[in-house]
Amino acid sequence: MSPLVSRLRVILAVLGVGLTLSACGYNTIPTLEEQAKARWADVQNQYQRRADLIPNLVATVQGFAAQEKNVLTAVVEARAKATQVKVDASQLTDPDKLKAFQDAQNQLSGALGRLLAVSENYPELRSNTNFLALQSQLEGTENRIAVARRDYIDAVRAYNTALRTFPTVLWAKTFFSGNKPMAEFTASEGAERPPQVKF
Amino acid sequence: MAGPRACGVKAAATFVLAAALLCWTAALGFAYDFPALSGRVVDQAGVMNAQSRSTVEAKLKDLEDKSSIQLVVATVRSLQGGDIETYANQLFRFWKLGEAKKNNGVLLLVAPSEHKVRIEVGYGLEGTLTDALSSVIIQSAIIPRFKANDFSGGIERGVDGIISVLSGDTADWQRKVGVRSDDISKLFNALFPILFFLVFVFLMRYMMGAGHGAPSGHYVRRNGRLVFVPYASGWGSSGWSGGGFSGGGFSGGGFSGGFSGGGGSSGGGGASGGW
Repeated sequence: MSPLVSRLRVILAVLGVGLTLSACGYNTIPTLEEQAKARWADVQNQYQRRADLIPNLVATVQGFAAQEKNVLTAVVEARAKATQVKVDASQLTDPDKLKAFQDAQNQLSGALGRLLAVSENYPELRSNTNFLALQSQLEGTENRIAVARRDYIDAVRAYNTALRTFPTVLWAKTFFSGNKPMAEFTASEGAERPPQVKF
Repeated sequence: MAGPRACGVKAAATFVLAAALLCWTAALGFAYDFPALSGRVVDQAGVMNAQSRSTVEAKLKDLEDKSSIQLVVATVRSLQGGDIETYANQLFRFWKLGEAKKNNGVLLLVAPSEHKVRIEVGYGLEGTLTDALSSVIIQSAIIPRFKANDFSGGIERGVDGIISVLSGDTADWQRKVGVRSDDISKLFNALFPILFFLVFVFLMRYMMGAGHGAPSGHYVRRNGRLVFVPYASGWGSSGWSGGGFSGGGFSGGGFSGGFSGGGGSSGGGGASGGW
């Protein structure tokens, strides 16, 4: 056999093994894992964005409704608590961590909802352009949070399914045996919806 | 002996077939029944008059020609029980408005029966067409006319508002010449199975030849160089030219003509309103 042919054979073998591996889903699990982690980063970013809006909102409301002290402090405290709870992408396999994150954010959602409810009582505040702009930003952010959460849940579902179904389960049990399923949000129907912001 | 063996083969074949089916059904879980993206204005609810429809279409086309931003107006008969935010986001992603790399699409969605309207903004335009600005457009330009049942007028004014906000951003105002970036990946995706098939056929031929203990070809001297000529007939030229490149489905794939989304996505930016 000539050296040309044997070299060709090696190249083909490498190509063949590479194609077979990728075609049979060797890449699927790491790809889905990274996607789910990226979606989680989006979720955290959107919650952070909401937290960043709050000081401005509180300051604006304070200018018109300083007597609503209880509601305002509740928002500030809930925000401080919520920003402390962070879940690293590597901790996503721990449902308790995710639950703690979610509880803190839900508490903030509740406090925000009350703040917006009492702001209804102040016509001057409701017609303030700064407040209106903040309100629409907050509304948009709540919607982005909902989208990011949905995307995260979808990504986690795809990843968890890949760990348990053929043909990717073969790779999950051999090369990626350290990979654990990730936790989904366990929100009740009520908590899933952001607090309604009305004009 | 033949019975169980045939049965085993059959089972294996079924298994492989099932696995193949599993790979092919890339299920995109959209819960809604969306209208088709038939043009830049999809008036499913039938609330626009013909004249303003063509005016708006011309404006939208002009916007895309100048800036590559894909702005689409849609009216729907029903939100199918969902809220307008979810419906708009899923419809946006279903239509893939805007370019894949830039995500520069905008959807103006009107649901007359639910009295809801939403501007859904692609990721790439969130900085320009902000939530606050979208809200202002909805409240000041669209809703007053919708309240008076003037859907055509409200949509026209809304589109004008969106375009004027988007035009303020001059960095994006130079339309890139040449193919859209996503067309190249589309082409690659179309060709990949063919390439894969060719490699597979080549491997099969090679392995069959190797099984006989010798490569299935011979060397000849051509123009003073040693050239490997395979024995197998039909591999040499017809395999390439007739085998799939011309008939492979990418020539008829609709690269030009017609209107389609460019692969963009949205993360829920924009604003909604009701009347």
